[in-house]
Amino acid sequence: MSVPVEFYMVLSGLVFIIGLVGVLVRKNLIIILLSIELMLNATNINFVAFSSHFGNLSGQVFVFFALTVAAAEVAVGLAIIIALYRHHASINVDDFRLLKW
Amino acid sequence: MMIPLADLVTILPELIVVSAACLLLVLDPITPSNKKDLLAWMSVATLGVCFVVTAGSMGDRVFAFSDLVVVDGYASFWKLLLYVVSAMTILLSIGYLKEERIDLAEFYGFVLLSLTGMMIMVSGADLLVIYLGIELMSISLYIMAGFKRFEAKSIESSAKYFILGAFSSGLLLYGISLIFGATGSTRLVEIAAAVDARGLDDSMILIALMLVIVGFGFKVAAVPFHMWTPDVYQGAPTSVTAFMAVASKAASFGAFLRVMLEGFGGMKPNWSGLILGVCILTLILGNLVAIVQTNVKRMLAYSSIAHAGYALIGLVVAGWVGTEAGVSAKGVSSMMLYLAVYSFMTLGAFSIVAILRRGGEEGEDLDDFTGLAKRHKGAAFLMLLFMVSLAGIPPTAGFIGKFYLFMAAVNAGLTWLAVVGLIFAAVSAFYYLRVVMVMYMREPSPDQEGETRLALSPTAFVVLALAAAGVILFGLYPWPLVSLTATAALP
Repeated sequence: MSVPVEFYMVLSGLVFIIGLVGVLVRKNLIIILLSIELMLNATNINFVAFSSHFGNLSGQVFVFFALTVAAAEVAVGLAIIIALYRHHASINVDDFRLLKW
Repeated sequence: MMIPLADLVTILPELIVVSAACLLLVLDPITPSNKKDLLAWMSVATLGVCFVVTAGSMGDRVFAFSDLVVVDGYASFWKLLLYVVSAMTILLSIGYLKEERIDLAEFYGFVLLSLTGMMIMVSGADLLVIYLGIELMSISLYIMAGFKRFEAKSIESSAKYFILGAFSSGLLLYGISLIFGATGSTRLVEIAAAVDARGLDDSMILIALMLVIVGFGFKVAAVPFHMWTPDVYQGAPTSVTAFMAVASKAASFGAFLRVMLEGFGGMKPNWSGLILGVCILTLILGNLVAIVQTNVKRMLAYSSIAHAGYALIGLVVAGWVGTEAGVSAKGVSSMMLYLAVYSFMTLGAFSIVAILRRGGEEGEDLDDFTGLAKRHKGAAFLMLLFMVSLAGIPPTAGFIGKFYLFMAAVNAGLTWLAVVGLIFAAVSAFYYLRVVMVMYMREPSPDQEGETRLALSPTAFVVLALAAAGVILFGLYPWPLVSLTATAALP
Protein backbone atom coordinates (compact mmCIF):
# COMPACT_ATOMS: atom_id res chain seq x y z
CA MET A 1 0.00 0.00 0.00
CA SER A 2 1.38 3.35 -0.93
CA VAL A 3 1.44 6.58 1.04
CA PRO A 4 -1.50 8.83 0.02
CA VAL A 5 -0.62 11.96 -1.93
CA GLU A 6 -2.06 14.20 0.79
CA PHE A 7 0.80 13.22 3.13
CA TYR A 8 3.33 14.45 0.61
CA MET A 9 1.40 17.67 0.20
CA VAL A 10 1.47 18.32 3.94
CA LEU A 11 5.21 17.59 4.02
CA SER A 12 5.94 19.90 1.10
CA GLY A 13 3.66 22.57 2.59
CA LEU A 14 5.61 22.44 5.86
CA VAL A 15 8.98 22.58 4.11
CA PHE A 16 7.74 25.49 1.98
CA ILE A 17 6.53 27.43 5.03
CA ILE A 18 9.81 26.82 6.88
CA GLY A 19 11.63 28.25 3.85
CA LEU A 20 9.22 31.18 3.54
CA VAL A 21 9.56 32.14 7.19
CA GLY A 22 13.32 31.68 6.99
CA VAL A 23 13.58 34.20 4.14
CA LEU A 24 11.44 36.70 6.01
CA VAL A 25 12.99 36.52 9.50
CA ARG A 26 16.65 35.50 9.14
CA LYS A 27 19.33 38.12 8.62
CA ASN A 28 22.25 36.08 7.31
CA LEU A 29 22.35 36.00 3.51
CA ILE A 30 23.56 32.39 3.37
CA ILE A 31 20.68 31.26 5.58
CA ILE A 32 18.28 33.22 3.38
CA LEU A 33 19.72 31.49 0.33
CA LEU A 34 19.28 28.10 2.01
CA SER A 35 15.69 29.00 2.88
CA ILE A 36 15.00 29.82 -0.76
CA GLU A 37 16.43 26.41 -1.65
CA LEU A 38 14.00 24.85 0.84
CA MET A 39 11.13 26.57 -0.95
CA LEU A 40 12.31 25.19 -4.29
CA ASN A 41 12.74 21.70 -2.84
CA ALA A 42 9.24 21.77 -1.38
CA THR A 43 8.12 22.34 -4.95
CA ASN A 44 10.12 19.32 -6.08
CA ILE A 45 8.45 17.09 -3.47
CA ASN A 46 5.09 18.26 -4.79
CA PHE A 47 6.00 17.56 -8.40
CA VAL A 48 7.32 14.07 -7.73
CA ALA A 49 4.37 13.17 -5.50
CA PHE A 50 1.79 14.39 -8.01
CA SER A 51 3.70 12.77 -10.81
CA SER A 52 3.48 9.32 -9.22
CA HIS A 53 -0.10 10.00 -8.14
CA PHE A 54 -1.20 10.73 -11.71
CA GLY A 55 1.16 8.18 -13.26
CA ASN A 56 2.36 11.12 -15.38
CA LEU A 57 6.06 11.59 -15.99
CA SER A 58 5.97 15.28 -16.82
CA GLY A 59 6.17 16.19 -13.14
CA GLN A 60 9.49 14.40 -12.79
CA VAL A 61 10.78 16.15 -15.89
CA PHE A 62 9.82 19.45 -14.27
CA VAL A 63 11.93 18.51 -11.23
CA PHE A 64 15.02 18.10 -13.42
CA PHE A 65 14.51 21.58 -14.80
CA ALA A 66 13.82 23.04 -11.36
CA LEU A 67 17.01 21.48 -9.99
CA THR A 68 19.09 22.83 -12.85
CA VAL A 69 17.66 26.31 -12.50
CA ALA A 70 18.19 26.22 -8.73
CA ALA A 71 21.84 25.25 -9.23
CA ALA A 72 22.39 28.10 -11.68
CA GLU A 73 20.68 30.50 -9.33
CA VAL A 74 22.81 29.46 -6.37
CA ALA A 75 25.99 29.81 -8.41
CA VAL A 76 25.14 33.40 -9.28
CA GLY A 77 23.81 34.10 -5.79
CA LEU A 78 26.97 32.91 -4.03
CA ALA A 79 29.09 34.99 -6.42
CA ILE A 80 27.03 38.07 -5.55
CA ILE A 81 27.33 37.31 -1.83
CA ILE A 82 31.13 37.01 -2.12
CA ALA A 83 31.32 40.32 -3.98
CA LEU A 84 29.14 41.88 -1.30
CA TYR A 85 31.34 40.47 1.47
CA ARG A 86 34.38 42.14 -0.11
CA HIS A 87 32.72 45.53 0.27
CA HIS A 88 31.10 45.23 3.66
CA ALA A 89 33.02 42.38 5.35
CA SER A 90 29.61 41.18 6.44
CA ILE A 91 26.71 39.19 5.05
CA ASN A 92 24.13 40.43 7.49
CA VAL A 93 21.29 42.13 5.63
CA ASP A 94 21.03 44.80 8.33
CA ASP A 95 24.49 46.08 7.36
CA PHE A 96 23.47 47.06 3.85
CA ARG A 97 22.14 50.56 4.18
CA LEU A 98 23.54 52.42 1.17
CA LEU A 99 20.15 52.11 -0.46
CA LYS A 100 17.18 52.50 1.81
CA TRP A 101 14.99 49.40 1.74
CA MET B 1 14.75 11.13 -31.05
CA MET B 2 14.74 13.70 -33.82
CA ILE B 3 13.47 17.20 -33.25
CA PRO B 4 11.23 18.13 -36.19
CA LEU B 5 12.75 20.82 -38.36
CA ALA B 6 9.48 22.77 -38.38
CA ASP B 7 9.71 23.20 -34.60
CA LEU B 8 13.23 24.56 -34.85
CA VAL B 9 12.17 27.02 -37.55
CA THR B 10 9.38 28.24 -35.26
CA ILE B 11 11.86 29.24 -32.57
CA LEU B 12 14.45 30.51 -35.05
CA PRO B 13 14.68 34.01 -33.47
CA GLU B 14 15.36 32.52 -30.04
CA LEU B 15 18.01 30.22 -31.51
CA ILE B 16 19.70 33.12 -33.29
CA VAL B 17 19.77 35.30 -30.17
CA VAL B 18 21.03 32.57 -27.85
CA SER B 19 23.75 31.47 -30.30
CA ALA B 20 24.85 35.07 -30.71
CA ALA B 21 24.99 35.42 -26.92
CA CYS B 22 27.18 32.33 -26.56
CA LEU B 23 29.36 33.45 -29.46
CA LEU B 24 29.83 36.85 -27.81
CA LEU B 25 30.91 35.27 -24.52
CA VAL B 26 33.47 33.16 -26.42
CA LEU B 27 34.72 35.99 -28.63
CA ASP B 28 35.08 38.44 -25.74
CA PRO B 29 38.42 37.20 -24.35
CA ILE B 30 40.04 36.80 -27.77
CA THR B 31 39.06 40.23 -29.09
CA PRO B 32 41.70 42.95 -28.70
CA SER B 33 40.45 45.61 -26.32
CA ASN B 34 40.32 48.36 -28.96
CA LYS B 35 37.96 46.25 -31.09
CA LYS B 36 35.37 45.46 -28.40
CA ASP B 37 32.86 47.83 -30.00
CA LEU B 38 32.60 45.35 -32.87
CA LEU B 39 30.97 42.88 -30.48
CA ALA B 40 28.33 45.45 -29.55
CA TRP B 41 27.64 46.09 -33.22
CA MET B 42 27.44 42.34 -33.80
CA SER B 43 24.72 42.04 -31.16
CA VAL B 44 22.79 44.95 -32.66
CA ALA B 45 23.05 43.29 -36.08
CA THR B 46 21.73 40.03 -34.56
CA LEU B 47 18.72 41.89 -33.23
CA GLY B 48 18.17 43.42 -36.66
CA VAL B 49 18.13 39.97 -38.27
CA CYS B 50 15.70 38.68 -35.63
CA PHE B 51 13.46 41.70 -36.17
CA VAL B 52 13.18 40.84 -39.86
CA VAL B 53 12.56 37.14 -39.12
CA THR B 54 9.86 37.82 -36.52
CA ALA B 55 8.18 40.58 -38.53
CA GLY B 56 8.13 38.28 -41.55
CA SER B 57 6.27 35.49 -39.73
CA MET B 58 3.89 37.83 -37.95
CA GLY B 59 0.24 36.85 -37.76
CA ASP B 60 -0.02 33.07 -37.93
CA ARG B 61 -0.46 31.08 -34.74
CA VAL B 62 1.98 28.16 -34.65
CA PHE B 63 2.48 25.64 -31.87
CA ALA B 64 5.80 23.82 -31.55
CA PHE B 65 7.45 21.17 -29.38
CA SER B 66 4.17 19.37 -28.62
CA ASP B 67 2.41 22.59 -27.56
CA LEU B 68 5.14 23.83 -25.22
CA VAL B 69 5.79 26.90 -27.32
CA VAL B 70 3.38 29.08 -29.23
CA VAL B 71 4.29 31.77 -31.74
CA ASP B 72 1.35 34.04 -32.46
CA GLY B 73 0.79 37.70 -33.22
CA TYR B 74 0.77 38.43 -29.50
CA ALA B 75 4.18 36.85 -28.91
CA SER B 76 5.59 38.46 -32.05
CA PHE B 77 4.44 41.92 -30.95
CA TRP B 78 6.30 41.63 -27.65
CA LYS B 79 9.36 40.21 -29.38
CA LEU B 80 9.52 43.10 -31.84
CA LEU B 81 9.24 45.56 -28.95
CA LEU B 82 11.92 43.70 -27.01
CA TYR B 83 14.34 43.71 -29.98
CA VAL B 84 14.00 47.48 -30.32
CA VAL B 85 14.42 48.04 -26.59
CA SER B 86 17.44 45.72 -26.35
CA ALA B 87 19.11 47.32 -29.35
CA MET B 88 18.60 50.76 -27.80
CA THR B 89 20.02 49.50 -24.49
CA ILE B 90 23.11 48.15 -26.24
CA LEU B 91 23.63 51.37 -28.19
CA LEU B 92 23.27 53.40 -25.00
CA SER B 93 25.70 51.10 -23.20
CA ILE B 94 28.55 51.45 -25.70
CA GLY B 95 29.37 54.95 -24.47
CA TYR B 96 28.02 54.55 -20.95
CA LEU B 97 30.09 51.50 -20.03
CA LYS B 98 33.27 53.25 -21.18
CA GLU B 99 32.39 56.26 -19.09
CA GLU B 100 31.88 54.02 -16.05
CA ARG B 101 35.03 52.00 -16.93
CA ILE B 102 33.14 48.73 -17.04
CA ASP B 103 33.28 48.24 -20.80
CA LEU B 104 33.38 44.46 -20.85
CA ALA B 105 31.89 42.91 -23.95
CA GLU B 106 30.23 40.13 -21.94
CA PHE B 107 27.69 42.79 -20.96
CA TYR B 108 26.18 42.50 -24.43
CA GLY B 109 26.15 38.72 -24.05
CA PHE B 110 24.09 39.09 -20.89
CA VAL B 111 21.70 41.49 -22.61
CA LEU B 112 21.13 38.89 -25.31
CA LEU B 113 20.77 36.01 -22.81
CA SER B 114 18.27 38.00 -20.83
CA LEU B 115 16.45 38.85 -24.05
CA THR B 116 16.28 35.13 -24.88
CA GLY B 117 14.60 34.52 -21.53
CA MET B 118 12.09 37.27 -22.26
CA MET B 119 11.33 35.87 -25.72
CA ILE B 120 10.76 32.43 -24.21
CA MET B 121 8.46 33.95 -21.60
CA VAL B 122 6.18 35.69 -24.06
CA SER B 123 5.87 32.66 -26.33
CA GLY B 124 5.63 29.97 -23.67
CA ALA B 125 2.39 27.98 -23.78
CA ASP B 126 3.38 25.84 -20.80
CA LEU B 127 4.13 27.01 -17.27
CA LEU B 128 7.43 25.09 -17.31
CA VAL B 129 8.63 27.01 -20.37
CA ILE B 130 7.44 30.33 -18.93
CA TYR B 131 9.24 29.57 -15.67
CA LEU B 132 12.48 28.75 -17.50
CA GLY B 133 12.19 31.99 -19.46
CA ILE B 134 11.64 34.00 -16.28
CA GLU B 135 14.68 32.44 -14.65
CA LEU B 136 16.95 32.96 -17.67
CA MET B 137 15.89 36.60 -17.78
CA SER B 138 16.25 37.12 -14.02
CA ILE B 139 19.60 35.40 -13.53
CA SER B 140 21.13 37.46 -16.33
CA LEU B 141 19.64 40.60 -14.81
CA TYR B 142 21.05 39.82 -11.33
CA ILE B 143 24.51 39.76 -12.88
CA MET B 144 23.95 42.91 -14.91
CA ALA B 145 22.67 44.82 -11.86
CA GLY B 146 25.97 44.11 -10.12
CA PHE B 147 28.10 44.95 -13.13
CA LYS B 148 29.85 47.85 -11.37
CA ARG B 149 31.32 45.32 -9.00
CA PHE B 150 33.83 47.74 -7.46
CA GLU B 151 30.99 49.97 -6.34
CA ALA B 152 29.18 48.89 -3.16
CA LYS B 153 25.89 50.41 -4.30
CA SER B 154 25.73 48.31 -7.43
CA ILE B 155 26.55 45.03 -5.67
CA GLU B 156 24.06 45.83 -2.96
CA SER B 157 21.32 46.40 -5.51
CA SER B 158 22.28 43.15 -7.21
CA ALA B 159 22.05 41.24 -3.91
CA LYS B 160 18.65 42.70 -3.09
CA TYR B 161 17.39 41.92 -6.56
CA PHE B 162 18.71 38.38 -6.28
CA ILE B 163 17.13 37.63 -2.89
CA LEU B 164 13.72 39.03 -3.75
CA GLY B 165 13.80 37.70 -7.30
CA ALA B 166 14.67 34.17 -6.18
CA PHE B 167 12.06 34.41 -3.43
CA SER B 168 9.37 35.43 -5.89
CA SER B 169 10.27 32.66 -8.33
CA GLY B 170 10.07 30.23 -5.41
CA LEU B 171 6.50 31.38 -4.76
CA LEU B 172 5.67 31.17 -8.47
CA LEU B 173 7.16 27.69 -8.74
CA TYR B 174 5.19 26.44 -5.73
CA GLY B 175 2.06 27.82 -7.33
CA ILE B 176 2.90 25.98 -10.54
CA SER B 177 3.38 22.72 -8.59
CA LEU B 178 -0.05 23.12 -7.00
CA ILE B 179 -1.56 23.81 -10.41
CA PHE B 180 0.07 20.61 -11.64
CA GLY B 181 -1.44 18.79 -8.68
CA ALA B 182 -4.90 20.21 -9.24
CA THR B 183 -5.08 19.86 -13.01
CA GLY B 184 -2.53 17.18 -13.87
CA SER B 185 -0.81 19.37 -16.42
CA THR B 186 1.22 22.54 -16.83
CA ARG B 187 0.00 23.30 -20.37
CA LEU B 188 -2.07 26.47 -20.38
CA VAL B 189 -4.79 24.97 -22.62
CA GLU B 190 -5.11 21.87 -20.44
CA ILE B 191 -5.22 24.02 -17.30
CA ALA B 192 -8.03 26.03 -18.87
CA ALA B 193 -9.92 22.81 -19.71
CA ALA B 194 -9.46 21.46 -16.17
CA VAL B 195 -10.57 24.78 -14.66
CA ASP B 196 -13.73 24.67 -16.78
CA ALA B 197 -14.42 21.09 -15.71
CA ARG B 198 -13.79 21.54 -11.99
CA GLY B 199 -15.48 24.87 -11.41
CA LEU B 200 -14.26 27.95 -9.63
CA ASP B 201 -14.16 26.93 -5.99
CA ASP B 202 -11.35 24.41 -5.97
CA SER B 203 -9.26 25.62 -3.03
CA MET B 204 -6.01 24.18 -4.39
CA ILE B 205 -6.34 26.06 -7.69
CA LEU B 206 -7.24 29.22 -5.77
CA ILE B 207 -4.09 29.05 -3.62
CA ALA B 208 -2.04 28.31 -6.73
CA LEU B 209 -3.64 31.27 -8.50
CA MET B 210 -2.72 33.57 -5.61
CA LEU B 211 0.89 32.37 -5.64
CA VAL B 212 1.13 32.88 -9.41
CA ILE B 213 -0.26 36.41 -9.11
CA VAL B 214 2.22 37.19 -6.31
CA GLY B 215 5.10 35.77 -8.36
CA PHE B 216 4.24 37.85 -11.40
CA GLY B 217 3.45 40.83 -9.17
CA PHE B 218 7.08 40.85 -8.09
CA LYS B 219 8.30 40.68 -11.67
CA VAL B 220 6.14 43.56 -12.93
CA ALA B 221 6.81 45.54 -9.71
CA ALA B 222 3.20 46.02 -8.63
CA VAL B 223 2.39 47.14 -5.09
CA PRO B 224 2.60 45.42 -2.54
CA PHE B 225 5.38 43.43 -4.24
CA HIS B 226 7.43 46.44 -5.29
CA MET B 227 9.88 46.88 -2.38
CA TRP B 228 12.89 45.82 -4.42
CA THR B 229 12.27 48.21 -7.32
CA PRO B 230 13.55 51.58 -6.01
CA ASP B 231 16.70 50.13 -4.47
CA VAL B 232 17.60 47.99 -7.44
CA TYR B 233 16.84 50.70 -10.00
CA GLN B 234 18.88 53.25 -8.09
CA GLY B 235 21.93 51.07 -7.48
CA ALA B 236 22.24 49.34 -10.84
CA PRO B 237 24.17 50.91 -13.74
CA THR B 238 21.74 53.25 -15.52
CA SER B 239 21.65 51.41 -18.83
CA VAL B 240 20.80 48.21 -16.92
CA THR B 241 18.11 50.08 -14.99
CA ALA B 242 16.60 51.24 -18.27
CA PHE B 243 16.67 47.67 -19.58
CA MET B 244 15.04 46.31 -16.42
CA ALA B 245 12.42 49.03 -16.24
CA VAL B 246 11.41 48.58 -19.85
CA ALA B 247 12.21 45.14 -21.26
CA SER B 248 11.76 42.94 -18.20
CA LYS B 249 8.54 44.74 -17.32
CA ALA B 250 7.15 44.37 -20.85
CA ALA B 251 8.06 40.67 -21.01
CA SER B 252 6.64 39.97 -17.55
CA PHE B 253 3.40 41.68 -18.48
CA GLY B 254 3.30 39.69 -21.71
CA ALA B 255 3.66 36.36 -19.89
CA PHE B 256 1.36 37.44 -17.02
CA LEU B 257 -1.46 38.31 -19.42
CA ARG B 258 -1.13 35.07 -21.35
CA VAL B 259 -1.18 32.96 -18.16
CA MET B 260 -4.16 34.81 -16.71
CA LEU B 261 -6.23 34.86 -19.90
CA GLU B 262 -5.30 31.57 -21.56
CA GLY B 263 -4.73 29.49 -18.44
CA PHE B 264 -7.12 31.03 -15.93
CA GLY B 265 -9.57 32.67 -18.33
CA GLY B 266 -12.33 30.56 -16.79
CA MET B 267 -11.65 31.97 -13.32
CA LYS B 268 -12.07 35.66 -14.12
CA PRO B 269 -14.53 36.20 -11.21
CA ASN B 270 -11.83 34.94 -8.84
CA TRP B 271 -8.97 37.10 -9.95
CA SER B 272 -10.34 40.28 -11.50
CA GLY B 273 -11.15 41.81 -8.11
CA LEU B 274 -7.72 40.94 -6.77
CA ILE B 275 -5.99 42.50 -9.77
CA LEU B 276 -8.20 45.57 -9.41
CA GLY B 277 -7.03 45.98 -5.80
CA VAL B 278 -3.38 45.57 -6.78
CA CYS B 279 -3.87 48.04 -9.64
CA ILE B 280 -5.34 50.78 -7.42
CA LEU B 281 -2.74 50.25 -4.67
CA THR B 282 0.00 50.48 -7.29
CA LEU B 283 -1.41 53.72 -8.70
CA ILE B 284 -1.69 55.29 -5.24
CA LEU B 285 1.64 54.25 -3.77
CA GLY B 286 3.75 54.61 -6.92
CA ASN B 287 2.55 58.15 -7.61
CA LEU B 288 2.51 59.43 -4.04
CA VAL B 289 5.95 58.15 -3.03
CA ALA B 290 7.48 59.44 -6.26
CA ILE B 291 6.63 62.99 -5.13
CA VAL B 292 9.08 62.99 -2.23
CA GLN B 293 12.09 61.57 -4.12
CA THR B 294 15.12 63.77 -4.70
CA ASN B 295 17.09 61.24 -6.72
CA VAL B 296 15.92 61.20 -10.34
CA LYS B 297 16.70 57.50 -10.80
CA ARG B 298 14.68 56.64 -7.70
CA MET B 299 11.89 58.93 -8.83
CA LEU B 300 11.82 57.15 -12.18
CA ALA B 301 11.72 53.82 -10.32
CA TYR B 302 8.56 54.88 -8.48
CA SER B 303 7.23 56.24 -11.74
CA SER B 304 7.78 52.82 -13.33
CA ILE B 305 5.80 51.28 -10.45
CA ALA B 306 3.01 53.78 -11.10
CA HIS B 307 3.07 52.95 -14.82
CA ALA B 308 2.72 49.25 -13.95
CA GLY B 309 -0.45 50.35 -12.20
CA TYR B 310 -1.76 52.03 -15.35
CA ALA B 311 -0.89 48.97 -17.43
CA LEU B 312 -2.76 46.76 -14.94
CA ILE B 313 -5.93 48.70 -15.83
CA GLY B 314 -5.74 46.84 -19.14
CA LEU B 315 -5.65 43.47 -17.35
CA VAL B 316 -8.53 44.49 -15.09
CA VAL B 317 -10.60 45.39 -18.16
CA ALA B 318 -9.66 42.12 -19.87
CA GLY B 319 -10.67 40.15 -16.79
CA TRP B 320 -13.74 42.12 -15.77
CA VAL B 321 -16.77 39.86 -15.56
CA GLY B 322 -19.57 40.70 -17.93
CA THR B 323 -17.54 42.53 -20.55
CA GLU B 324 -17.96 41.34 -24.09
CA ALA B 325 -15.09 39.68 -25.91
CA GLY B 326 -14.49 42.81 -28.00
CA VAL B 327 -14.10 45.04 -24.95
CA SER B 328 -11.84 42.58 -23.17
CA ALA B 329 -9.59 42.37 -26.24
CA LYS B 330 -9.49 46.16 -26.16
CA GLY B 331 -8.16 45.96 -22.62
CA VAL B 332 -5.34 43.71 -23.81
CA SER B 333 -4.48 45.80 -26.85
CA SER B 334 -4.54 49.09 -24.94
CA MET B 335 -2.16 47.61 -22.40
CA MET B 336 0.20 46.49 -25.17
CA LEU B 337 0.02 49.96 -26.68
CA TYR B 338 0.69 51.53 -23.29
CA LEU B 339 3.77 49.42 -22.60
CA ALA B 340 5.15 50.11 -26.09
CA VAL B 341 4.78 53.83 -25.55
CA TYR B 342 6.10 53.58 -21.99
CA SER B 343 9.22 51.84 -23.31
CA PHE B 344 10.20 54.76 -25.50
CA MET B 345 9.66 57.50 -22.96
CA THR B 346 11.24 55.65 -20.04
CA LEU B 347 14.27 54.61 -22.07
CA GLY B 348 14.65 58.22 -23.17
CA ALA B 349 14.47 59.55 -19.61
CA PHE B 350 17.01 57.04 -18.34
CA SER B 351 19.30 57.83 -21.28
CA ILE B 352 19.42 61.47 -20.24
CA VAL B 353 20.33 60.42 -16.68
CA ALA B 354 23.02 58.13 -18.11
CA ILE B 355 24.72 60.79 -20.23
CA LEU B 356 24.50 63.61 -17.67
CA ARG B 357 27.64 63.45 -15.56
CA ARG B 358 29.13 65.37 -12.69
CA GLY B 359 32.78 64.69 -12.05
CA GLY B 360 33.26 60.94 -12.35
CA GLU B 361 29.71 60.18 -11.30
CA GLU B 362 26.32 60.11 -12.88
CA GLY B 363 24.21 63.21 -12.46
CA GLU B 364 21.29 61.39 -10.93
CA ASP B 365 20.29 63.88 -8.22
CA LEU B 366 17.62 66.44 -8.86
CA ASP B 367 20.25 69.10 -8.04
CA ASP B 368 22.30 67.99 -11.01
CA PHE B 369 19.41 69.00 -13.25
CA THR B 370 19.29 72.53 -11.82
CA GLY B 371 19.55 75.07 -14.60
CA LEU B 372 20.27 72.39 -17.18
CA ALA B 373 18.44 74.41 -19.84
CA LYS B 374 21.04 77.19 -19.56
CA ARG B 375 23.94 74.92 -20.34
CA HIS B 376 22.64 71.98 -22.35
CA LYS B 377 19.60 73.18 -24.27
CA GLY B 378 19.14 69.99 -26.27
CA ALA B 379 19.34 67.59 -23.32
CA ALA B 380 17.00 69.76 -21.27
CA PHE B 381 14.49 69.90 -24.12
CA LEU B 382 14.54 66.13 -24.58
CA MET B 383 14.10 65.58 -20.84
CA LEU B 384 11.16 68.01 -21.01
CA LEU B 385 9.67 65.95 -23.82
CA PHE B 386 10.03 62.65 -21.94
CA MET B 387 8.68 64.12 -18.70
CA VAL B 388 5.66 65.63 -20.46
CA SER B 389 5.02 62.29 -22.13
CA LEU B 390 5.38 60.32 -18.87
CA ALA B 391 2.86 62.70 -17.31
CA GLY B 392 0.50 61.94 -20.19
CA ILE B 393 0.10 65.43 -21.63
CA PRO B 394 -0.86 65.73 -25.33
CA PRO B 395 0.45 65.77 -28.03
CA THR B 396 2.94 63.17 -26.81
CA ALA B 397 2.70 59.39 -26.97
CA GLY B 398 2.09 59.13 -23.23
CA PHE B 399 -1.27 60.82 -23.74
CA ILE B 400 -2.28 58.36 -26.46
CA GLY B 401 -1.35 55.40 -24.25
CA LYS B 402 -3.39 56.67 -21.30
CA PHE B 403 -6.28 57.71 -23.57
CA TYR B 404 -6.73 54.21 -24.98
CA LEU B 405 -6.41 52.59 -21.53
CA PHE B 406 -9.01 54.88 -19.99
CA MET B 407 -11.31 54.45 -22.99
CA ALA B 408 -11.08 50.66 -22.57
CA ALA B 409 -11.96 51.06 -18.88
CA VAL B 410 -14.96 53.26 -19.73
CA ASN B 411 -16.16 50.74 -22.35
CA ALA B 412 -16.04 47.99 -19.75
CA GLY B 413 -18.26 50.05 -17.43
CA LEU B 414 -15.34 50.92 -15.13
CA THR B 415 -15.67 54.68 -15.53
CA TRP B 416 -14.68 55.25 -11.91
CA LEU B 417 -11.42 53.40 -12.49
CA ALA B 418 -10.64 55.68 -15.42
CA VAL B 419 -11.36 58.65 -13.15
CA VAL B 420 -8.98 57.28 -10.50
CA GLY B 421 -6.36 56.84 -13.21
CA LEU B 422 -6.91 60.42 -14.39
CA ILE B 423 -6.58 61.81 -10.86
CA PHE B 424 -3.27 60.04 -10.38
CA ALA B 425 -2.09 61.16 -13.82
CA ALA B 426 -2.65 64.69 -12.53
CA VAL B 427 -0.73 63.88 -9.34
CA SER B 428 2.13 62.45 -11.40
CA ALA B 429 2.36 65.66 -13.43
CA PHE B 430 3.52 67.32 -10.22
CA TYR B 431 6.74 65.34 -9.86
CA TYR B 432 7.47 65.06 -13.57
CA LEU B 433 7.04 68.78 -14.13
CA ARG B 434 9.14 69.51 -11.06
CA VAL B 435 12.12 68.16 -13.00
CA VAL B 436 11.18 70.48 -15.87
CA MET B 437 10.78 73.39 -13.47
CA VAL B 438 14.19 72.75 -11.93
CA MET B 439 15.80 72.61 -15.38
CA TYR B 440 14.17 75.73 -16.83
CA MET B 441 13.26 78.06 -13.96
CA ARG B 442 16.33 77.82 -11.74
CA GLU B 443 19.70 79.38 -12.39
CA PRO B 444 22.61 76.97 -12.18
CA SER B 445 24.25 77.83 -8.85
CA PRO B 446 27.70 79.39 -9.46
CA ASP B 447 29.77 76.76 -7.68
CA GLN B 448 28.29 74.11 -9.96
CA GLU B 449 29.11 75.99 -13.14
CA GLY B 450 30.94 73.72 -15.52
CA GLU B 451 30.71 70.77 -13.24
CA THR B 452 27.97 68.86 -14.98
CA ARG B 453 28.74 67.80 -18.51
CA LEU B 454 27.16 65.65 -21.16
CA ALA B 455 28.90 62.41 -22.11
CA LEU B 456 27.04 62.20 -25.38
CA SER B 457 28.46 59.43 -27.55
CA PRO B 458 27.16 59.18 -31.14
CA THR B 459 25.32 55.94 -30.30
CA ALA B 460 23.65 57.51 -27.25
CA PHE B 461 22.57 60.31 -29.58
CA VAL B 462 20.92 57.73 -31.84
CA VAL B 463 19.10 56.24 -28.83
CA LEU B 464 17.85 59.66 -27.73
CA ALA B 465 16.75 60.48 -31.26
CA LEU B 466 14.88 57.16 -31.56
CA ALA B 467 13.18 57.61 -28.19
CA ALA B 468 12.19 61.20 -28.98
CA ALA B 469 10.96 60.20 -32.44
CA GLY B 470 8.89 57.42 -30.86
CA VAL B 471 7.37 59.76 -28.31
CA ILE B 472 6.47 62.41 -30.90
CA LEU B 473 5.45 60.12 -33.78
CA PHE B 474 3.21 57.85 -31.71
CA GLY B 475 1.75 60.97 -30.12
CA LEU B 476 0.82 62.60 -33.43
CA TYR B 477 0.22 59.56 -35.59
CA PRO B 478 -0.55 56.52 -33.40
CA TRP B 479 -2.72 54.59 -35.92
CA PRO B 480 -0.08 52.07 -37.08
CA LEU B 481 0.67 51.09 -33.49
CA VAL B 482 -3.02 51.04 -32.59
CA SER B 483 -3.93 48.72 -35.45
CA LEU B 484 -0.87 46.52 -34.78
CA THR B 485 -1.84 46.03 -31.13
CA ALA B 486 -5.48 45.48 -32.08
CA THR B 487 -4.60 42.63 -34.44
CA ALA B 488 -1.99 41.15 -32.10
CA ALA B 489 -4.11 41.17 -28.93
CA LEU B 490 -5.15 37.91 -27.33
CA PRO B 491 -8.87 37.24 -27.91
